[in-house]
Amino acid sequence: MDYRDSPAEAEFRARLRAWLADHNPGLPASSTDDEYWARQAEWHTALYDAGFFGLSWPARYGGHDLPTVFDVILDEEMAAAGAPPRPSLGYLVQGISTHGSDAIKDRFLPGLINGTERWCQGFSEPDAGSDLASLRTTAVRDGDEFVIDGHKIWTSYSDVADWCILLARTDPDVPKHKGLSAFAVPMDQPGIEQRPLVMINGVTKEFGQVTFTGARVKAENMIGEPGEGWRLAMTIVSHEREPGELGYVARYAKTVKGMEHEVHADPGAFRPDQHEAVAWAHVQTEMLRLHVCRRLSERLDGVDHGPGGSIDKLLMTWVEQTVGSAALSVSGARSVVDTEDVALKTYLYSRAQSVMGGTSQIQKNIIATRILGLPTS
Amino acid sequence: MDTRDTPEQAELRRAARQLARALAAGSVGELDDTVRAGRLAAAVRDAGWLELRDDGGDGTPLAGGEEAAIVADALAGAVADVAFSGPVLAGDLARRAGLPGAAGAVVAFAADLVGPAVVTGAAITAPCFAVDPDSAHADAALVLVGDRDADGHRLARVAVTGDAATAPGTDLTRAVIEIPPGAAVTEVSGQTRLLAADDLAQWSALGLALTTADLVGVMRGVLDVTVAYAAERKQYGVPVGSFQAVQHLLADAHCLMEGSLSVALHASWAVDNLAPADALEAGRVAKAYASRAARTVCETAIQVHGGIGNTWECIAHVYLRRALLSTQWFGDDGVQLRELAATRLGVRA
Repeated sequence: MDYRDSPAEAEFRARLRAWLADHNPGLPASSTDDEYWARQAEWHTALYDAGFFGLSWPARYGGHDLPTVFDVILDEEMAAAGAPPRPSLGYLVQGISTHGSDAIKDRFLPGLINGTERWCQGFSEPDAGSDLASLRTTAVRDGDEFVIDGHKIWTSYSDVADWCILLARTDPDVPKHKGLSAFAVPMDQPGIEQRPLVMINGVTKEFGQVTFTGARVKAENMIGEPGEGWRLAMTIVSHEREPGELGYVARYAKTVKGMEHEVHADPGAFRPDQHEAVAWAHVQTEMLRLHVCRRLSERLDGVDHGPGGSIDKLLMTWVEQTVGSAALSVSGARSVVDTEDVALKTYLYSRAQSVMGGTSQIQKNIIATRILGLPTS
Repeated sequence: MDTRDTPEQAELRRAARQLARALAAGSVGELDDTVRAGRLAAAVRDAGWLELRDDGGDGTPLAGGEEAAIVADALAGAVADVAFSGPVLAGDLARRAGLPGAAGAVVAFAADLVGPAVVTGAAITAPCFAVDPDSAHADAALVLVGDRDADGHRLARVAVTGDAATAPGTDLTRAVIEIPPGAAVTEVSGQTRLLAADDLAQWSALGLALTTADLVGVMRGVLDVTVAYAAERKQYGVPVGSFQAVQHLLADAHCLMEGSLSVALHASWAVDNLAPADALEAGRVAKAYASRAARTVCETAIQVHGGIGNTWECIAHVYLRRALLSTQWFGDDGVQLRELAATRLGVRA
C-alpha cells in the first residue's frame, strides 16, 4: 500500500503542474456551460500536443503506454489547478481496442486520441433505453456497404462529431442480443440528420438525437465481427461507468474547491448546515478520488471489463448528486432568482448522472446478480 | 502509487480473517461461550497483534498503520469479541512518550469518547471511560496530564476497577468501563518525551484509521450474513433476494462498503506517511464517510432480515452495536464534518 508518487510519477506531476500553470484555459465546467463544448476540441488538442492526453493508451496510436495510475495524477492536478476535465474518450478507446481489427484500430484510434476526428456514440433509441438490446436501427448489406435506417437518442456531441460508433441490427432472425453489429459511420452525409436536445439546466451542446435515413457505411468499417455488437456495447458501457476512465474526479473537485473558496471568504455568512454540506461534498469527492486510486492500482495487472464498473458508477453518481445538492445549498436563494446561476445548473445536471451510462436501477440489478450472486426473479 | 496490499499485508489479511472466522462467535448464543472467547483472546495475544504499535526498539512502531487496520478490519468482520484497538492505541501513545509499551493498559477517554481524558490534579474530576480493554490486563488506563495549551503532556495512570468481561455495554463484543470521579492519578515512570500536538494528531489519526477499518469490517461481515440470508429465505415460493426491492437495498449497501474501504485504506496508510495534520484530515474524511455508510449498511441488514432481524437472537444487531461504538469512538460523522469545516472553511466554533 503506497499512495506516494514513484520518481517517474513525481516527475510527471511536476511537469504537468508547470504546464497547467501556463495553459489552463479557464473554461467553465462541462456540465453547466455551452462554452466548454464550444472550446473542448481546443482543450483536447492542447492536452494532446503537450503530451498529457491518452496516458495509458498504446503509444502506437498516440497514447503514452503509461500505467493507468497516471490518470489519477492527471485528474488530481487538473482539479488542483481548477482546469477543465480531460475529454472523456476512454470508453470509446477501450471498445475499439478490445473489439476492432488491427486495420480498424490503425484507421480510427489515432484520430480519436489526437482529437483530429471527433466521435459520438449511437446506442440508445427512443424505444430502447435500459433495454438496449431491443434496438431497432437496421444495417442492411448492399454490396460493399451497409444501409442504415433508424433513430438514435442521447447522442452526446452529435453536432460536432465526424464519426458515430453505431449499434445496429444486422440479423433480425437471431435472439436480440446476437443480431447486433457495430460500425464506424461517417456523420457528414445526406442520410444523417442531427438535432440538439436541451438539457434541464439549459445546456444545448451535449445531447443530441440523430436520424439515419438510408445512410451508408462501408462494410470494412464494421468494428468486430458480425453479431459482436452487443459485446462491444457492454465493453463500452462498463468503461463509461468508471470515474477513472471519465476523469470526473477533477470535475467534482473543481466544484467543491469553488464552494470552499466562497464559504472560506466569509464563513459567518453561511449557516452551519451549509458548512456541513460543503464538508460532506469534500468527503464524498475524496472518497471517489481514493476509490479511483484503488481501482486503477488493481489494474496494474491488466484491464478488467467486469461488473465492478457498476459499483464505481453508483459511487460516482452519489458523489455528483451530493456535490450538486451542496452547490444548491450554498447558493441558497440565488438559485431561484438568477437563471444563469452555476450552482443551479450544476445541481440540475447532477440529476442526469443516475440515468446516463445505465440507470442506477440497472447498476443495482447488475451488482445484486453478478457481484452479490443473488438469484434473478 | 500502488494502493494494493504488499504480499506481507495480503498474508496478514488472510491470516487475521481466518483466525477471526475460526474463533469468533458464529451466533449470538456463542457470545456467552467463555472458553471460546478465552481461546480467541489468547490467539490474538500470541499473534503479537496487541503490540503492533509498541516501540520496535528505535522509537518507531513494530508495524504500520496499514497492518493495524488490516487486523482491526478482519476482527470486526467476524464481530470478534476480543480487545484489539484499545491495547494497540495505548501502545502507540506510550511509545510516543518514550515508553516501550502500555503494559496492558488502555487509554481513558473523556465522556464524549472523542479524545483522551486530560487531568490536572491528583484525581480525576469527571467520569472517563476505558474503551476496549484487554480483559486479562484491564486494571489501569492512561490519561494525559497537563493543560491543553501546555507544551506537551505527560502520561499518568488511573486504576480501572470494573471488570471488562462483565461490564455492561452497547457493543456486545468490546467493553467500555466507566472510571468514576475521584479515581487516583499515579505517575508512570520511564517517560522520556512530552506528548506534543503533533504526537496527539498522529495518534488520533491512528484512532480514526482503526475505528474506520473496524466499520469496514462490520459492513463486510454483516453483508455476507445478510446476502446469504436473502438467498436462502423464501417467501412467495422464491428467495427474497430475487426481488429487486431487496436486491437494490443490498447493492446500495455493497457500494457503501466498497467506498468505505477505499477511504479506510488511505487513512491507514496516512498515519505514518503523511504530515500529522494531513494524516488527521485523511482520518476525518474516512471516518465521516464510513460512519454514515456503516449505519445505513447495518440498518439495511436488519431490514432485509425482516422480523427476525429485530430479535436479540439475530446476529445483525451485534454488528450494528459494534458499529455504534466504533462510530462514537474518536468522534462520529458530525464531529468529523465540524472539524473539517474548521480546517477547510475557516469556521470557528
